[in-house]
Amino acid sequence: MKLENLSAVALGKKIAAREISCREATAYFLQRSQELDPQVGAYISLLDESAVLAEAQRVDQHLSGKVHNFLAKQSPLTGVPVAIKDVLCLEGWPTTCGSRMLKEYRPPYTATAVDRLQQAGLVVLGKTNMDEFAMGSSTENSALGVTRNPWALDRTPGGSSGGSAAVLAAGMSPLAIGSDTGGSVRQPAAFCGVCGLKPTYGLISRWGLVAYASSLDQVGPMAHHVEDVAALLQIMAGHDPRDSTSLNVALPDYVQQLDQPLDGLRVGIVSEHLHHGSLDSQIVSAVQQACRLLQELGARLVEIHLPHSAHSVAAYYVIAPCEASSNLARYEAAHYGFRAPKNSDHQSVTIRDAAGRQSASNLGSNEPSPLERMMIASRSQGLGDEVKRRILLGTFALSAGYADAYYKQALRVRRLIAQDYQSAFQQVDVLLGPVAPSPAYVLGEKVDDPVQMYLGDLFTVEANLVGLPALSLPAGMSNSGLPLAIQLQAPQLQESRLLATAHQLQRAGLFEPQIAPLG
Amino acid sequence: MQLSRDDVRKVAALAKLELSDSQLDDVAEKLRNVLRLVDQLSQVDTTGVEEMAHPVDVHSVTRGDQIQAGLPREAALRNAPQTDGEFFLVPPVLG
Amino acid sequence: MSAVPYRLVVGLEVHVQLATNTKLFCSCSTKFGAPPNTQVCPVCLAQPGALPVLNARAVELAIRTGLALNCRIDPVTKWDRKNYFYPDLPKGYQISQFDRPICGEGYLQFPDPDSPGDLLTVRLIRAHLEEDAGKSLHDESSGTADSRIDLNRAGTPLLEIVSYPDISSPAAAKAYLTDLRLLLIYLGVSDCNMQEGSLRADANVNLHIPQADGQTVATPIVELKNLNSFRAVERAVAYEAQRQYDHWQRTGQTIHDAPKQTRGWDDNAGVTKAQREKEESADYRYFPDPDLVPLKVTADMLAQQRQLMGELPAAARTRLQNQFGLKAYDADVIVSQGRPVVQYYDALVGGGADARRASSWLQQDVLRTLKEHSWSIEQFPISSQRLGELLQAIDQGNLDNARARNVFQYLLEHDVSISQAIEALGIKQIDSSQLTDLCQLLLQENPQVVVQFREGNTKALGYLVGAAKKKDPNVDPKQVRELCEKLIQAM
Repeated sequence: MKLENLSAVALGKKIAAREISCREATAYFLQRSQELDPQVGAYISLLDESAVLAEAQRVDQHLSGKVHNFLAKQSPLTGVPVAIKDVLCLEGWPTTCGSRMLKEYRPPYTATAVDRLQQAGLVVLGKTNMDEFAMGSSTENSALGVTRNPWALDRTPGGSSGGSAAVLAAGMSPLAIGSDTGGSVRQPAAFCGVCGLKPTYGLISRWGLVAYASSLDQVGPMAHHVEDVAALLQIMAGHDPRDSTSLNVALPDYVQQLDQPLDGLRVGIVSEHLHHGSLDSQIVSAVQQACRLLQELGARLVEIHLPHSAHSVAAYYVIAPCEASSNLARYEAAHYGFRAPKNSDHQSVTIRDAAGRQSASNLGSNEPSPLERMMIASRSQGLGDEVKRRILLGTFALSAGYADAYYKQALRVRRLIAQDYQSAFQQVDVLLGPVAPSPAYVLGEKVDDPVQMYLGDLFTVEANLVGLPALSLPAGMSNSGLPLAIQLQAPQLQESRLLATAHQLQRAGLFEPQIAPLG
Repeated sequence: MQLSRDDVRKVAALAKLELSDSQLDDVAEKLRNVLRLVDQLSQVDTTGVEEMAHPVDVHSVTRGDQIQAGLPREAALRNAPQTDGEFFLVPPVLG
Repeated sequence: MSAVPYRLVVGLEVHVQLATNTKLFCSCSTKFGAPPNTQVCPVCLAQPGALPVLNARAVELAIRTGLALNCRIDPVTKWDRKNYFYPDLPKGYQISQFDRPICGEGYLQFPDPDSPGDLLTVRLIRAHLEEDAGKSLHDESSGTADSRIDLNRAGTPLLEIVSYPDISSPAAAKAYLTDLRLLLIYLGVSDCNMQEGSLRADANVNLHIPQADGQTVATPIVELKNLNSFRAVERAVAYEAQRQYDHWQRTGQTIHDAPKQTRGWDDNAGVTKAQREKEESADYRYFPDPDLVPLKVTADMLAQQRQLMGELPAAARTRLQNQFGLKAYDADVIVSQGRPVVQYYDALVGGGADARRASSWLQQDVLRTLKEHSWSIEQFPISSQRLGELLQAIDQGNLDNARARNVFQYLLEHDVSISQAIEALGIKQIDSSQLTDLCQLLLQENPQVVVQFREGNTKALGYLVGAAKKKDPNVDPKQVRELCEKLIQAM
C-alpha cells in the first residue's frame, strides 16, 4: 500500500484499527525518507532508526493494550509519523536551527509542542532543514545544506520551514511541524503544494521553540489535508505555564468543527493584496477560483481595504531584526554552541581596529581581552551572513538615537495595521488572498538580494505582526507545474472558522492533495 | 538614512561581530538597501498611536515561588565548549 | 556647618536581593553557597528556546518595599531587556525594568548623623526589579588562566533602589544605608547579608564648588563600586570628595569636560582606583521583553502588602519613647536590633518588668550575650517571660543586681526556673533576726568602725559589709549597711 497517498487521519484510523502497525508505518516512511532525501535534502537529521522503531513499537504496545498509560492522550493521529523543523528542541537529539553555531548542540529538554505530539503517540522521524535561525524565505540560508523543491529540484521549497514542506511534498512523512515568524510555514507550504497553518499568537506554546523574533514566532502544523492540520493543532494547542505569552482559553474541537456550514460566511478580498503589482497572474486566478467555490458554498464576497498594508514589510523588517539581535546575543560561545578555535581569528587586525575605536575613551588597555576575542570570533564564524545582517540591522535600529525612528515607529505602525484588521473583521469573517507573490523561484535567484527576498513576505507578515491565524492552502498548479496557493486569515482564536473554510474548499475540489513525482 | 562604513563598524562592535574590510562594503551596501525599504515608516503619521510590543492582550502572568528541580550539573555543562566539570570555562576576562 | 569649600553630592544605588525561594524568572533555588552550577535550569542557563515566567513573590516583596519607602506605585509595570555581553550574563541581556519600574518616586527619612535630633530626607527616583548575573572567577594573579563561570546566582531577584543625589556627607551616606537596611529587614523582604551579596551599594559622587563670581561648578560624576561595607561607603565617599577636589584644583576639569567614570574602592589601601569601563556601557538598547507580558498592580495587591508591612523602625522608635519613657538613644539601640528584639522587649515589659530596667538589661546583658555567641534573639536561651521574672525579683528586693547576674549566667546554661536557679546557686534568703544578730556581732568585734562612723567616715561601714559577706555570702550588702547604721545610731 502506498501510505503517502493516505491522509494522516486515514492512516491513524488504520493504525488504531490494527490494520497496520505503527512500526510498519514508521518503517515505511523512514525507508522512503532514506531513499528520497538525497535528492531533496529536506532533513538535517533523521533520528536513530532503532530508537524511532522502538518508539513506534511502544505505541503499538499501547494500542494493543499491553502497556497502559503510556500516552497522555489518544488522538486521531496516534501512531502517525511526523517530521519536526530543527528549530524545536528534542531532548538529547541535535537541534541545530540550521546553524553552524548549534551544529553540535543537544538540548537538555523537549519543546512543549513536540512533547505533546509524543505524548499523543506520534513518532518523530527526523529534524527538517530550515533557514538559519528561521531567517529567510528559501531555506538557502541553512549552514547544513540545500533543500530542493520536490516539484522542481532546481527551485526553492520556500522558507524558512522549507525542509518540513519538502518532506510532505515528497511523501517522506504524512505530517510536519514548522514555525512561522513572517510566513515561514505558509510560504513554503505554498511553494510545495501543501497546507500550513500559522495559529493565533500564543495558541501553541513557544517553550522549546528557539527564538527568532519572540513577539512574532509561532509553531505551525503542516500536512496535505486540512483535516490533518486540524488534528495536529488539536494536539499542540493549549495553555502552557512555561510560556508567559501562552493563551489560557478554552479550545474548540477543531476536527469536529471542520464541517460547520459556510452559508452566509462573509469573505473579504483585500484590494491592496489582490491588485498588488508584484502578484503573479496565475495566483490571481487561483484566488478567483477560490472565490467562486466559496460563493457556491454560500459565502458572500466583500472588498476590503487595509490602508497600512504597504508598510507591513517595513515594520516587520525592523521589529523582527530588533528582537533577533537580542535573542541571538546568547550565542556567545560561553555555555554552549560553536567556539572558534584559539588563534583562528585571521581578521584580528580588524577586530582590534573595531574594538579599539569603540573603547578609545577607556582607561587602561584598548586591546580586546582574550574573552572578547573568543566571543567575536565565535559569533562571526558560527553565524551566517543573513543572520549577521539581521543582527546588525536590529542592533542599529535599537541603538541610541535611532530607536525612536525605527523600533518605536515600527511598533506604532504595527498598531495601525492591527487597527486596520480590526475594522476589516467587523465587516467580514475571513480574508482571502495570496500567500506569496509568485510560485517557487529558482535556487540562487534572490539569495544575494535581501530586499527582493524580503518583499516576497508582503502578504504573510501582517498575520504575525497582528497575531492572527492564517493558513496557506494549495489551489492548483501553474502552467510550468509549480504549486499555487491561497491564504486565508481570520480574527484571533478563530482557527476553527479558518480550518472549516479551508477544509470545505479542499473538499469542493480547489486542489486534490498530491505527492511530487520523484524518480 | 545613510549608513557609513564607520556606522556599520560601530554597530558590529556592539553586536560582537567582526567584518573584514571587504565584507564591510558588501554589508553596508545591503543594509543601506534595507534601510531604504524601511525608511518609508517615517512617512506614516503615528501621532498619538500607542506602541504595540505584543500581538495579544495578555497580562499579569506569574508563577508561585516553589522550587522545582532544575538540571543536574552534568546536563547543564554537557553542551559547553569548555568546562572543568564544575564551571563553564572562558578565556580570561582580564589581560 | 561646612568646613570644606564645596558641597558634596552623593546618590546611592542599592541592589537588594529579595527573600524568595526561587529565581525571578525560573523555579531554581536562590539558596546561597551551593556547589557551582547546581542551581540552574534551561531558563537561567539561557538554553535556546527557554522562556522566563515571573515569580509572584518577588513582585509582592517589591511592592511591600515600595509602600514602606513611600513610593508611587503605578497600576501597570513591565519588563525590558538591557543588552550587553558578558559571560556571566548568559542571555546576552539582563531582564530589568526601564521606563515603567514597579516603584516610582518615594523617600526615606532617618536620623541625621551630622545633626542629632533632626531627620534627613533622601528622595528616591525609583525602585525596579531585575535579575542578577552569575559569578565569574578570574585568575587574579597572572590574568592568563581561564575564567570560571558559575550560574547559580544568575536570575536571582534584585530590587534596585535608586536615590536622588540628596546625600551631602559621608556619614549621611552611611546612615542612609544603615536605615534602609533596617527597614528592609523589618519588612522581611531581604536578609540584607552583605557578605553573601544580598545588599550591594554603588555611590555616584561629585562636588559642587562655589566660585567667587557666585556661580557653581560641578566636578565630573564618579560611580564608586566595590563598596563592601557601610564603613567602606563612608570612607570611600570621604576619600573621593577630597580626591575630586584636589583633581579639580589641579586640572579645573568639570562635569562638562569628562564623561561619568567608574572607580573601585580599595579597602586596604583606602583609595579609589579608575576601572576599565564596559565597552557598550553607553548603549544598552533597552526594549520591552517580548517573552514577558505587562503586570497589572491591583488595589488588592497593594492592600495586602500594606497589611504585611507591620510596625516600621521609625514608628517603633517613637512608640518606645512615648509608651515606655525610654530616651531616644535607648529606643534607637533596641529598634536597631530588629523587630524580634523589639518584640522581646515588649514581652519583658508586658510581663511586668520595669521598662527602664528592662531596657538596661536588654542592652547590656542580653545584647552582649547575643554578640558573644553570635546568636539571634530567637536563639537566646532565656525566654522573655523568665527574664521578666528575674527583673521583677530585683524590683521586689529579693535579689541584688550582682546576684541577679549570677542567676542570669546560670539560666543561660540551664533551662530551669528562677527559684531553681537561686537554689542551685546556694542563694538563700536570710531572715531579719539572723541578720540583726550578725550585724551586732560585727559591731562588737570592730569597735573602731563605730568610732570612725561617728566621726563622719560613712565609708568605714564598707569594712563591715565585706566582713559580713565573708561570714555569709548570702547577705545583701545593702541591707547590712542599712542595719549597721541603724544599730550604731541606736547604741
